[in-house]
Amino acid sequence: MSIRVDLEKCIGCKLCVRACAQNAIEIIEKKATIDLAKCNFCGACIEACKKYQAITITKDSAAGGIDLSVYRNIAVFVEQREGAIHGVSFEVLGEGRKLADALGEKLVAVVIGHAIKDKAEELIKYGADRVVFMDGPDLSSFRDDTYATLVADYINAEKPTIFLAGATAVGRSFIPKVAARVYGGLTADCTKLEVDKEKRLLLGTRPAFGGNLMATIICPHHRPQMATVRHKVMKPAQRDAGRAGEFVHQLIEAGKISERTKIIKVVKEAESTVNITEADIIVSGGRGMQKPENFQMLRDLAQVMGGAVGASRAAVDSGWVPYSHQVGQTGKTVCPKVYVACGISGSVQHQAGMSSSDYIIAINNNPDADIFQIANLGIVGSALEVVPALTQALKAALGR
Amino acid sequence: MNIIVCIKQVPGTTQVKINPETGTLIRDGVEAVVNPFDEYAIEEAVRIKERIGGTVKVISKGPPQAEIALRSAIAMGADEGYLITDRALAGSDTWATSYELSHGIKKLGAFDLIICGKQAIDGDTAQVGPGVAEMLGIPFVAWVRKVEEVSAMSIRVERMMEEGYEVVEMPLPGLITVVKEINTPRVASLKGKMRAKKLEIPQLTFASLDADPNRVGLKGSPTQVLRSFVPQRKTGGEKVSGTTEELVEKLKTTILELGVIK
Repeated sequence: MSIRVDLEKCIGCKLCVRACAQNAIEIIEKKATIDLAKCNFCGACIEACKKYQAITITKDSAAGGIDLSVYRNIAVFVEQREGAIHGVSFEVLGEGRKLADALGEKLVAVVIGHAIKDKAEELIKYGADRVVFMDGPDLSSFRDDTYATLVADYINAEKPTIFLAGATAVGRSFIPKVAARVYGGLTADCTKLEVDKEKRLLLGTRPAFGGNLMATIICPHHRPQMATVRHKVMKPAQRDAGRAGEFVHQLIEAGKISERTKIIKVVKEAESTVNITEADIIVSGGRGMQKPENFQMLRDLAQVMGGAVGASRAAVDSGWVPYSHQVGQTGKTVCPKVYVACGISGSVQHQAGMSSSDYIIAINNNPDADIFQIANLGIVGSALEVVPALTQALKAALGR
Repeated sequence: MNIIVCIKQVPGTTQVKINPETGTLIRDGVEAVVNPFDEYAIEEAVRIKERIGGTVKVISKGPPQAEIALRSAIAMGADEGYLITDRALAGSDTWATSYELSHGIKKLGAFDLIICGKQAIDGDTAQVGPGVAEMLGIPFVAWVRKVEEVSAMSIRVERMMEEGYEVVEMPLPGLITVVKEINTPRVASLKGKMRAKKLEIPQLTFASLDADPNRVGLKGSPTQVLRSFVPQRKTGGEKVSGTTEELVEKLKTTILELGVIK
């Protein structure tokens, strides 16, 4: 693997220097010089130099030497919580179906749970050509070692070329373990999945540097090619009552796989039962709300509109609302029909969690707040005054 | 209790901005820092040591300047620091990094607990902690926001989930990855900084890892970056100011027109 600067093409403009996260590039005698000890081959400099194309990376062929043609079909892990299929799994099935069609492969849904045969079989209607339901009395809730072993064993036996899962707390916990065990290439938290039909490669695009940079990742020489997919970014699969497929019911006896960790207690912490990732309307508050008491006006507005309450990281860090309400890079990704951002400045990290909302309203008394760059309707004013007045106006208009 | 903390040196991204003309990342004057999540890991390790005794060893894999990050950790109270560094290890993805780190950890002797930060703020993958645990054959719990109890045999923690948390018990040796809710990292004391300045930090090269050359660096990495690009930013719509009455009227009309309220 090597990287070089074409000295004829380089004009010493320094764009590459400024793009390099590792501070690996210096201008020496008006030409860019790359310190190989610092370079991690991320390619940000190549992107920065797209005008002159002076920088190139040559890749050695990697070791590996496995017979890729043995790996067939797309498999997806379908997550269930308390007997209900998690929303992200329908999105993963939707993407899996597209990839399967593009590559001419079958789509297999792998479900781990107990006593949900009907729901598992339903997945055929959502695009799976085959459903493998691993059914066992101790499989109804997530267990690290058990799920990891079942999925790793499945991969080793069935050799899917691509394996997908949702990037939930569960997925992001055990899928990296599986990838480490089977030596698969895992790309975390993808916001876009595409396929190179000619090379039969999965292209996973994902945010890095807190969302400031996007990277497209490939896994050319190892299998399976793995990806976890962020919830609420891709379209869910639609039900097609006419679809037929194969249903494989595997009974896993209790205690078959030893589990090292033990769950002692499960505690739910949300202000209401409305899960913000499923809400069509979200009223969200940030530091501009000034005090925790002021969040009540957001709850009141949310109630009139029939929505849920969200929060920026600043509000959660200040202890005003539980973490389950946090929207953003390190919180939840939401895509409601309407997102009302009150007293939220709109950092890149917050935007990463809500920018795909259908309609964004921002209320902030700083006209230069970043949130206005992505708001469909920007209201320059104090949320503390506007929000209660808006709640009253809507109540009157709706006769509530 | 022998505790090992894995850390990474990353660019301080809070200053990252996009150049509006060229659309590229601007990194002027951005210094390298200890990955913020790793600071929480170091702090938790030092607190456990202060409570029940033991040693805290910090290990990192990176270019030579990553040594600065290790010294920051020592200044916070870690006892020893180790740097895995070698040109042959350049270009590693998360699989290869987990492999290199786990081999380095094996050279540090017996351990009871490994603590990692949830994720690095440049890569954002959160894969190395679980990867290291898997390759060392030890159990792990991710997203720990509180250590309730720790003894020689086991640890009991609160694991953060999307809608709340779970209390989980894990036998040791084991690994946990921590989130920022777990503690507030201390500011290094003068005494700590002076110790950190003088302490020798051994370097582990590829040769000392007893590792398979086909499984390290770019060569051993199953994933590669095809390309990087700056994301397209959504552009805003209309922006209005006025009296509260005017603003509320505009909002009410717009919201009702959207027809989303049931």
